[in-house]
Amino acid sequence: MGQRPFSDISYERFLAEEKIMGSRCRKCDAVFVPPRPICIHCHGSEMEWVEVKGEGRLSAFTCIAVGPPFMIAQGYNRKNPYVSGVVELEEGVRVDARIEGVDPNRPDEIKVGMPMKAMFLRREDGEESITYLAFKPR
Amino acid sequence: MSKKRKLARGVAIVGAGMSKFGMFRDKNSKDLFADAFQEMVASVGKGLDIDEIDAMYLGNFSNDFFVNQSHWGPIISDLVGIAPKPATRTEGACASSALAFREGVFAIASGFYDVVLVGGVEEMSKRTTEEVAQGLALATVPYEGRAGFTFPGVFGALATAYFSKYGATREDLMNITIKSHNNAPLNPKAQFPLTIRDIMKKKIESLKKRGEEVPGWGNEKDFLRDSRVNPAVAWPMHLFDCCPISDGASCMLLVSEGIAENFTDDPIYVAGIGQGSGRGLHACDDLTYFEATRYAAQEAYGMSGLAPKDIQFAEVHDCFSIAELIHIEDLGFFKPGEGYRAVAEGRTRLDGSIPINTSGGLKCKGHPVGATGISQLYEVWTQLKGRAGKRQVPKKDLHIGAAHNLGGTGGTCTMTILERR
Repeated sequence: MGQRPFSDISYERFLAEEKIMGSRCRKCDAVFVPPRPICIHCHGSEMEWVEVKGEGRLSAFTCIAVGPPFMIAQGYNRKNPYVSGVVELEEGVRVDARIEGVDPNRPDEIKVGMPMKAMFLRREDGEESITYLAFKPR
Repeated sequence: MSKKRKLARGVAIVGAGMSKFGMFRDKNSKDLFADAFQEMVASVGKGLDIDEIDAMYLGNFSNDFFVNQSHWGPIISDLVGIAPKPATRTEGACASSALAFREGVFAIASGFYDVVLVGGVEEMSKRTTEEVAQGLALATVPYEGRAGFTFPGVFGALATAYFSKYGATREDLMNITIKSHNNAPLNPKAQFPLTIRDIMKKKIESLKKRGEEVPGWGNEKDFLRDSRVNPAVAWPMHLFDCCPISDGASCMLLVSEGIAENFTDDPIYVAGIGQGSGRGLHACDDLTYFEATRYAAQEAYGMSGLAPKDIQFAEVHDCFSIAELIHIEDLGFFKPGEGYRAVAEGRTRLDGSIPINTSGGLKCKGHPVGATGISQLYEVWTQLKGRAGKRQVPKKDLHIGAAHNLGGTGGTCTMTILERR
């Protein structure tokens, strides 16, 4: 596991294995998800992999009616919106993710601070399979 | 904390111009820039010999995507007849021309040039709305795009964080939209020179004409609450929380302070400039402010020796209603979490204690992204010169104004303070 570079590509590959992986600075213990190769706190570059549990709270969200082409291709539109959000994990880091298990047409019922749990959305795109990080209420 | 910075020599603005903003089927980027340039030349009180211009800096975000043409520096320098003098393009998403302005200031302050043309241009309306959304999304942080975030989506998410922390609601954001629309009809260059009340009346007339049922809207907020006319784009951002798709150009002539009076009796001086960079949603310390705006403000205030209370009016980057609210706090005009109350009290109106976006803001004036930064400075310059007509800030001794520009999802932010001495 230590062989993989601390990169966006590694982050995506771990997601495909249904793991949320970040990097931890060996010098100052700061944790970064997605992983960073260089610590932004102490500027050290000795990192190690750390797996986060995938539990946290919703920090912010939005119910998107007009999405980007890849979301439209998945069937989302004004009549069928979806939710994207930011989740603060128990380890103290935040991640951008899709939010599932809530009603995009009832935004008043979605609350900042809701406890959330990670899940993984797998989408086939031709030959390729892409895994998206998502969270649902816990 | 940033260091206290200063320019090695002072810089003045001696001319400015701006095209009308809008969606123009029959005008391209060159036509729009020519409009802005000709107005700028005419505005130089004692006249300008174009051969005196030493160099040009031009902000453009993504005409590469919008009109399949890159490398706009030399295209524009040739258009205005200053080639082979150097032309440099700057890119900072929606803050592209604020960066051109800064580069122009630095080029003069260093002593290398004396007279510099700075400007910005963007031509977005030749693409469909979906394509423009895709083009703008090039300026998000990669992880945001992957999670399905659009531009309105990022700002919608920031709004939910702000609402949750401070207790504001969509109704508070409507106050910002209504205020911007009240200023816009006073600006002849605005893309949407209509108040919300005007738009509401037009809608009622067209429904009556078609024999359809007319909703019982009693006031602007009733209208904005109605999702049939103000649908959600990325909740809580609705159509009237979002700036439009626009074409436009803007430019200014910068000169060293020592020669400013050769060009005009009434130069406007650069009192402070600041720029910061941000990290994207996932890496922010807090989702209710922009770290990059705060940094830029600190730099600009530090250089000028001024404080937020000294700023008499400001143009603030309101790509979305929530952005204006957050920025008036980040720039120090109001305490964090208190901006929405100040807006409700009318303090940011044209006749308020600190008028914000007298131009109508990006929401109504329009937002041709690469032209926006210098168009904001154009409004500040116009106000400080006392040439803003019906939207002139009604304060005695108007002499200090500021402009704030944001690029991407807070990736590049600038604050510029201008002063009439």
